[in-house]
Amino acid sequence: MVLNLLLPLAGLLAAALLWAAGAGWLAGVTPVASAFAPLATGEALLQLVHGRDLWEHVWLSLQRVAVGLLIALVLGVPLGVLTGLSAGFSRATTPLFQFARMISPLSWMPIAVMVLGVGDAPVYFLLAFAAVWPILLNTAAGVAQLDPNWLLLARSLSATRRETILRVILPGITAHILTGVRLAIGIIWIVLVPAEMLGVSAGLGYFILDARDRLAYSDLMAAILVIGALGYLLDHAARSLHRRWLHA
Amino acid sequence: MNAPAVAPSVLAPAPASEAVLAARDLSFAHPGIGTVFEGVSLSIRRREIVALLGSSGCGKSTLLRVLAGLAQPAHGEVRFLDAPLAEPHPRSALVFQQPSLLPWLKLADNVGFGLDFAHQPRSDGAARQARVAAALEAVGLAGREAAYPAQLSGGMAQRAALARALAREPELLFADEPFSALDAITRAEMQALLVDVVHRWHSAVLLVTHDIDEALLVADRILLMGGSPGRVLREWTVDLPHPRDAHPEALTALRLAILGALRHSS
Repeated sequence: MVLNLLLPLAGLLAAALLWAAGAGWLAGVTPVASAFAPLATGEALLQLVHGRDLWEHVWLSLQRVAVGLLIALVLGVPLGVLTGLSAGFSRATTPLFQFARMISPLSWMPIAVMVLGVGDAPVYFLLAFAAVWPILLNTAAGVAQLDPNWLLLARSLSATRRETILRVILPGITAHILTGVRLAIGIIWIVLVPAEMLGVSAGLGYFILDARDRLAYSDLMAAILVIGALGYLLDHAARSLHRRWLHA
Repeated sequence: MNAPAVAPSVLAPAPASEAVLAARDLSFAHPGIGTVFEGVSLSIRRREIVALLGSSGCGKSTLLRVLAGLAQPAHGEVRFLDAPLAEPHPRSALVFQQPSLLPWLKLADNVGFGLDFAHQPRSDGAARQARVAAALEAVGLAGREAAYPAQLSGGMAQRAALARALAREPELLFADEPFSALDAITRAEMQALLVDVVHRWHSAVLLVTHDIDEALLVADRILLMGGSPGRVLREWTVDLPHPRDAHPEALTALRLAILGALRHSS
């Protein structure tokens, strides 16, 4: 139990030491690198955390995550249900989906900006495009793995179509949808930062570029830490949502 | 307790008022596979436990589905409580080999699942709760209402599935190999429990099984199904009081008769 707590801490501490050593060595080569060191980063982080600026960027980024995820859910769940229910639709679309899924969403960025203009719209598009695949594919898998006895049970109760969908099918695939959401959040979080580096004037990705332009390298490192920590928390939240639903 | 061989065609259905279920000259064909069974006539009286015994793949599970109104026969008619059956009857219930509980619902909600559906007989919430409580009590799961299926053992989950069927206060309980996934000790417990609760609920049972001993321990009547396409080959009445294991000689004699008929039919 204590070991369960101590080992991850030891791992983090070792990484911090390596980080300090690396920054120290690099500072010998380029003096500016001393701004990357753990202590300087820590100081910058403290200042950022106490200010308002960082939180505004964080808030905007989280809003974009939510919007992107929502669009992905609205598109991915119905398409996933259709894919899971209809063998014909599944066969017709599987190659297309597998193909589209493997394209880095960022490669759409120039086209997205051209079509949707500068601003939030292309970011939403990129995030939704990145997140829709795991949600779609997991929803389809969930439909395919529904216990046939559940449907038989519903039929033995003369359930209406609506009762079957709302009381059996949707709750029955929710665990799979939540798995898809967890994967989607991971992907969205990774795509978010580069997506925010173009055409927007706020958000964590913008903050990184802005810190670079201001030569505020300690702020830049601090932002990287914040991005990692928020991503960790988002993933943790998605995991516990999944666990709570399954009551496992 | 003698075991007369009865040709399927002369299996006299019980008087209409007595029979929960009466099927006449049923046949069923799967597209691509062919005729699964044909010429099946049988009846189940109120409170009677009937075992449909047969080897795997003889069509007995398909027959159960047709009798339960989950599939339509190619030929013949099923009557439930003296009315033609076109869809599952509200006074019938199903138990499967797997408990198939809904993992997102608490035990009490699993047991009460579907009682509020549009095509179920109207009942208010308090009455439904009372039925759920009585069913959970009967299967020994009182006090576990708030548990989730993932927290139950296999035997407990199957008890819950039985409670779910009881909560519908069925005239007839369809059970498709309900205990074959359980270990031997749990299975024996569940067999005794089944007999106990259906007697208290005044339900009839159609038990599909491939286990001769299970049929002998549980059923009032045993129908042997076999052949290709499947038919009801023989029928035995088991006129022994419960618990049956107090009468080993009589059971052994019947067991040998069934085994003999099985050898004969294959």
